Amino acid sequence: MQVASACPLAQAQGVHPGMALARARLIADLDIRPADPEADRHALTRLALMAARRWTPRAGLSGPDGLWLDLAGSAHLFGGEQAFCDRVVRFCARIGLTARIAVAGTYGAAHALARHGAAPVILCPNGRETERIAPLPLDALRLDSAMLGTAHRFGIERVGDLFAMPRAPLQRRLGRGALIRLDQALGRVEEPFDPVLPEERPFIRLNLVEPISTPEAIRTVIGDLVTGLARQLLERGCGARKLMLTCSRVDGEDQRVSIALARASRDPAHLLRLVTMKVEEIEPGWGIEAMAMTAVRIEPLAPEAVAGALSGTDPVADLAVLIDRLATRLGSSCLSKSCAVQSDVPERSVRSVTPLEEVADWPSDWPRPVWLLSPPEPVDQVLASLPDRPPARFRWRGRTHIITHADGPERIYGEWWKRPSEKHRARDYFQVEDKDGARFWLFRRGDGVDPASGDLSWYIHGVFG
Amino acid sequence: MPSSAREMHLTALRAEVRAIESGSWEKKGAFLPFGVADIDSRLKGGGFATGALHEATGVQARLNDEAAACLFITGIAARLAQNGGTVLWALSRRELFAPALAQAGLPPDRLIQAECGRNEDVLAVMEEGLRHGGLAAVVGEIGKAGMAATRRLQLAAEESGVTALMLKRWRGREEDPLTLPSAAVTRWRVGCAPSRPLPVAGIGRACWNLELARQRGGESHSWIVESTDAQGRLALFASSADRTLAPERRLAG
Repeated sequence: MQVASACPLAQAQGVHPGMALARARLIADLDIRPADPEADRHALTRLALMAARRWTPRAGLSGPDGLWLDLAGSAHLFGGEQAFCDRVVRFCARIGLTARIAVAGTYGAAHALARHGAAPVILCPNGRETERIAPLPLDALRLDSAMLGTAHRFGIERVGDLFAMPRAPLQRRLGRGALIRLDQALGRVEEPFDPVLPEERPFIRLNLVEPISTPEAIRTVIGDLVTGLARQLLERGCGARKLMLTCSRVDGEDQRVSIALARASRDPAHLLRLVTMKVEEIEPGWGIEAMAMTAVRIEPLAPEAVAGALSGTDPVADLAVLIDRLATRLGSSCLSKSCAVQSDVPERSVRSVTPLEEVADWPSDWPRPVWLLSPPEPVDQVLASLPDRPPARFRWRGRTHIITHADGPERIYGEWWKRPSEKHRARDYFQVEDKDGARFWLFRRGDGVDPASGDLSWYIHGVFG
Repeated sequence: MPSSAREMHLTALRAEVRAIESGSWEKKGAFLPFGVADIDSRLKGGGFATGALHEATGVQARLNDEAAACLFITGIAARLAQNGGTVLWALSRRELFAPALAQAGLPPDRLIQAECGRNEDVLAVMEEGLRHGGLAAVVGEIGKAGMAATRRLQLAAEESGVTALMLKRWRGREEDPLTLPSAAVTRWRVGCAPSRPLPVAGIGRACWNLELARQRGGESHSWIVESTDAQGRLALFASSADRTLAPERRLAG
């Protein structure tokens, strides 16, 4: 087990990549996570795609830890190279990355300066790559370990040492690869790179002859947009999970409306219905002169067999369609399913999940009330004998209840493994019925013996049917 | 004879009017029996009409009675969803505790909850759910729904064959939610009743006063029943069951 990479704090303590993990543990108290090169690569690819969309059309991966950005013709859009670099550094800081950037005329020089240069941002003027990379150590040149080993034996430490040497013996000693890397860094050999290609989102835009402002006209245009977008989605074998409608008004302001779908869909009727539910949110102002629709998130969607007499299955209406409609009306956070959580504490045993998720059932057969009061309400004038007898009487919301039947206690301990403050806590739950037949779920804080387990106060936590 | 011809004509017309009055739910003839002969025999059609709107509320403005009405509706929804269907529940306040519904036979994977802030949202969500046609039942918690709104829901339920269940909540201490006119096929009041003492210390199955306050084309009635079991089924209160069985027992003993 080796250290793959270490944060600056750890490096200050003496931990460095390549060190044995056991040794690193001796040096300092470390937060150790397993390296995941696959996920790193995935994240880097996403960053490259983002760069290709926002910064420059040609962006690609450079090794496991870097990005190439071809700035030719795009740096001036951001106010020059310096301003561009500052922007990228700020962006990376926002998403929690430390960026080092070098701008140079060749990929080799930029690679070397970004990783081995002194400053986090280095701008190398055109034609001065040679002098800038000369003082860098030799591993800045992207040589493999065999070449580096040979070079060290010859006493070559700096890139600059190679410039003065005759090329033929150098090639014989270090191999042809070393010379190619050197020439690439100096711009004597062209170096291709493989840019990532961002996928175009399905997009359709309609420019209107005259500004429109009535809901009917807007609906008609939305119908045309949805039909066009559905055709694009069909051609690509995709379905939309999120749509955005942009209405450009004559006063130059954009009105945006977005809808989300529980499951990918490209059914024009369904999409149209969802978008038209949001028409009231559009303020046309003096009129809308152009409308565009983008499928912001898409997912692959294969053709499905239509249920019915021919395929031998009963046609069942798709639940996702209903969920989309309700979510568009109420907001997607208002639709949920309840899922069991492994916790004995009643108020922590339920969590909300999205409606199409698989959920777990509760294992316990202990009685649970239809309505849980949150937070539990204190009850007073409780008549109960210690340690574990159910109450004979209690008063809640101004009414005194005389208990005729009771069951309990069901003891629930605090979750000391999650919350240290609950280490000694316990609650004793009782199901009680008063003389009218009304049933309540009461609990007492504490087990009735150990004062550390609770202060023996009584609460009502729920109402049974 | 002219009088008998006239009589036949009138009988035919009366039957036609009755059919129009009672709506189409009766013709479809889909009913979910409670499995309790005493209740089923009192219900028109021999059971709980599916594809129709039903209402339930608490006997009084007490939380326990409303919880009982909620559980009564849960039991019916659970039985409608028994064969893998999904129930949509439009909530107006967040107090429903899903583990209790699971214990009444409605597991969490068959229940989708929609939180609605206002009465209009509850009605709209219920109607949307009914018109979709793929659900087992639609439940809505509501304070007040007028004749027009309930009529819409009843029509939507008739068209799709999905059962609509409305849990009417007490808004004030005096205002009975069932006094407002409604197009619901049956209207129920549920209240807690003292349960039968067990021979040992403890608590037995809960008991309810179940009152069929109104049913379209039928009589109202009331029973004392034992609350829903793990499959959502009711049972007749044991003492009244004893009463009907008493002669046989006496013979046997």
